[in-house]
Amino acid sequence: MTNDTVSSPAAARPAAGPLQFQRFSPLHRRLHVLMIISFLLLATTGLTLKFSYTSWAGGVSRFLGGFESAGLIHRLAAILMVGVFLTHVFDLLRLRRTKYPSWKALIFGPNSTMFSRRDLTEFIGSLKWFLGRGPRPHFGRWTYWEKFDYFAVFWGIFVIGSTGLTLWFPIFFTRFLPGWALNVATIVHSDEALLATGFIFTVHFFNTHLRPEKFPMDTVIFTGSMPLEEFKRDKPDEYEALVASGELQSHLVEPTPAVVMRAIRIFGTTALVIGFGIVIWIVYAMLFAYR
Amino acid sequence: MIAEIRGSFLSVALVLAFAPVPVRAQDNSDCLDCHADRDMTVKHEGRTVSLYVADKALGASIHGGMPCVSCHAALKGTDLPHATPVAAVVCGSCHAEEQKQYVTSLHGKAAGRGDPLAPRCWSCHGSHDISAVKDSRSAVAPLKIPFLCGRCHQENSPVMRQLDIKDDRILENYSESIHGEGLLKKGLIVAPSCASCHGAHRILAPNDPASSIARRNIATTCTKCHAQIEQVHRKIIRGELWEKQAHVLPACTDCHPPHKIRKVAYDQGSADADCLRCHQSPDLKSKDGRSMFVSVDTLGGSRHLRIPCTQCHTEVDVAHTRPCDAVTRPVDCTSCHAEIGQLFATSTHGQLLSRGDPNAPTCKECHGRHEVKGKLNSASATFPTNVPNLCARCHREGERAAMRYQGPERTIIESYVESIHGKGLLKGGLTVTATCTSCHTPHHVLPRTDPASSVNRANVPATCGTCHHGVQETFEQSIHSTLANKTDKPLPVCNDCHTSHQITRADAEGFMLEIMNKCGRCHEDVAKSYFDTYHGKVSQLGYTKTAKCYDCHGAHDIQRVEDPRSHLSRANVVQTCQKCHAGATRRFAGYLTHATHHDPKKYPILFVVFWAMTLLLLGTLVVGGLHTLLWIPRSLAWRREVKEALAAEERSAAAAAAGKTPGGESVK
Repeated sequence: MTNDTVSSPAAARPAAGPLQFQRFSPLHRRLHVLMIISFLLLATTGLTLKFSYTSWAGGVSRFLGGFESAGLIHRLAAILMVGVFLTHVFDLLRLRRTKYPSWKALIFGPNSTMFSRRDLTEFIGSLKWFLGRGPRPHFGRWTYWEKFDYFAVFWGIFVIGSTGLTLWFPIFFTRFLPGWALNVATIVHSDEALLATGFIFTVHFFNTHLRPEKFPMDTVIFTGSMPLEEFKRDKPDEYEALVASGELQSHLVEPTPAVVMRAIRIFGTTALVIGFGIVIWIVYAMLFAYR
Repeated sequence: MIAEIRGSFLSVALVLAFAPVPVRAQDNSDCLDCHADRDMTVKHEGRTVSLYVADKALGASIHGGMPCVSCHAALKGTDLPHATPVAAVVCGSCHAEEQKQYVTSLHGKAAGRGDPLAPRCWSCHGSHDISAVKDSRSAVAPLKIPFLCGRCHQENSPVMRQLDIKDDRILENYSESIHGEGLLKKGLIVAPSCASCHGAHRILAPNDPASSIARRNIATTCTKCHAQIEQVHRKIIRGELWEKQAHVLPACTDCHPPHKIRKVAYDQGSADADCLRCHQSPDLKSKDGRSMFVSVDTLGGSRHLRIPCTQCHTEVDVAHTRPCDAVTRPVDCTSCHAEIGQLFATSTHGQLLSRGDPNAPTCKECHGRHEVKGKLNSASATFPTNVPNLCARCHREGERAAMRYQGPERTIIESYVESIHGKGLLKGGLTVTATCTSCHTPHHVLPRTDPASSVNRANVPATCGTCHHGVQETFEQSIHSTLANKTDKPLPVCNDCHTSHQITRADAEGFMLEIMNKCGRCHEDVAKSYFDTYHGKVSQLGYTKTAKCYDCHGAHDIQRVEDPRSHLSRANVVQTCQKCHAGATRRFAGYLTHATHHDPKKYPILFVVFWAMTLLLLGTLVVGGLHTLLWIPRSLAWRREVKEALAAEERSAAAAAAGKTPGGESVK
């Protein structure tokens, strides 16, 4: 994903455009890509079991090399996702050490993803805006729906991860849990996964990529940067704060080269299509083939 | 009045008793006064007949001591010398029963006609020297009978020349037969002589139904001595059938010619050469044009090679110029294969045949005719590897029997060939593998609806058990067996799970996956809930590695879970789980393998957890969805505003640029 243009001289390179605002660090971008990969793998392999009664499930399972192979993929993807999660946690620790004086500053600071009173006001303000009863809220670095998505992952990792681990090592866990706990774990694991996939592939997809202003996708999570104009419109509060503190210049970077953009768009589109495919599969399985 | 009659009767009797006898009763000595003379003769019908009576012989005879007049009754009280000719002696005055029999016999009738050749009592028994049959000196002692009868019934005797007696060389043949040999050479007086079969006094023609040698009576006659013969011939004769249906079955004499009875006589096919004299001609045709050719080559390989033609083609009459023109009936195999015949008659094939169905198979349809071979001969159509093809002639899809059959089984032959049995038989060449007849029986083929059918539900375990005996034993202990389970509910038998003609190996993937649906046909609820759990879901994806019904419940040894013998009983369940989950504990075994979250009574926790999760899911999606739906129109408007703002900005920027640098340096 990084720009590598050693062979082409800077002068010959067509001007990519004006400088852009860097919203996501390289680490965040890579984690998100890995998150997408692991999530799609987990969803696909898991749903073949959940919806084993649909004819698609058998086909997908065979495509993945059989249920054992699918199970292996599921576990590897789970390890990957937990790895992503842990990396993020370690990154937070690093951030706390290097940039924030205290945990309080990190968690409750203006750029934190932690919910605050302001999110409630912005949520109400948004509803008013949707209904034409007010202006678009003056969003800061993280909107409330972004924060929701962020914590949904925390919740999901905890719920799905713990139940998944139980199901992975049932003999170990039944040393101190009753046998029916495995049945409960199955239901929780599967329904929470359904919630996660259902939510990500519809609400998150729309909120982030498909809403008309961003359609067909918002590439900022892959490129890390967005046009300054767009940033100014989207997160006016953050922009103004940066301008006021004079730090804006330090956040400006070269735009992403076209060839990288094309790769990003291909990857993003693929992920979106798989996500929608899964949503269609879920709707079909739940509404037309449920048993 | 009665007393008066009685009185007069008594007086007459007294007069007779005491009155002087007018003529003195003759003493034997009186008779011998004349008849002791050796030269006393009389001319009778041109012959000189001696009237000498040897006193000594008379005395030694069984009638010795009896007055002459007790036989020569006509001379009683006559004056001597008596008039001639004297009326014939009537033995019947004492031997009434024998007399009666004699009168109805051929001999007696001939005598009645005045036939000079007809034998009288004394012709056989002698006259004054008569002795008891048991007396070895008697003319009718067993050892002497063949000679006695032979006096008249020998070749070229007047009797044989003048009368229509079909058998020839009777005496000669008899003496060479096993009977004659026993009697004459070995002196076994229990060996049958002429009278043993023909009777002594009531000798009748063989076509007389009352004759002891009439076709229908031969068996009775022979069994007088050969009492165990039915067991010896039990493949041929079923009990009384022999006697009752003598016209259908062969009589003893068909195989064992009378008078020639020798142990080997029937083995040698007495008249086969005679038959072949005509039937070996390839051009021989019947009146209706059928070929009557019998190839010696086909006969050569036949299992019936040593069976004489006439044993199957009965009714042949050697007295005819063409012995076979007496034949009226087709070959009846049941005359030898009686047991099989009875089975066949009750089978569907036999029933169709008796109804006159032109498609019904007969014996020869499967076994052939002269070329008939045993089922152990690999060239035989009934050899195991050939049986499927044999049955296929009618039972293949589209053939006669397949069109008549209305049951649920389709493509029977085709399926069988692909089944484990068919592959074992036809590809593996295992001749012990089940073929059509192994299950359906060869001759007692009946539809499965018939309680007597080998493939009737009640009989299926036993039928499969003929080969899979161990499985049958296990199955019959199981909850699925009618022997162990007295329920009114229908219980499965082998073919409900294994199918009948598509049987595959039980470790074949298709079978393992299909079996869950088979169990589910009866155990609908548990099958459904099974598919809700991990085991079932993986199975449903088409993989066989996870536990299927029989992995936990057992297959043929299935028992109620409560049963201590069950694989899932408290004592066994952990071990059962450990088959796949090494290290499984009792707690692990507490996993609910048939859990469903749809049953709040049985699984309240699962029910609550499921609905809590579902409400969370619905709540989140509804809130998120509504938020999104509200957002869409505003977002569209926002995009328009942004575009307009951008366009306005560009215009003003362009205007500013044009004002500043009229030279036209483009600025981005």
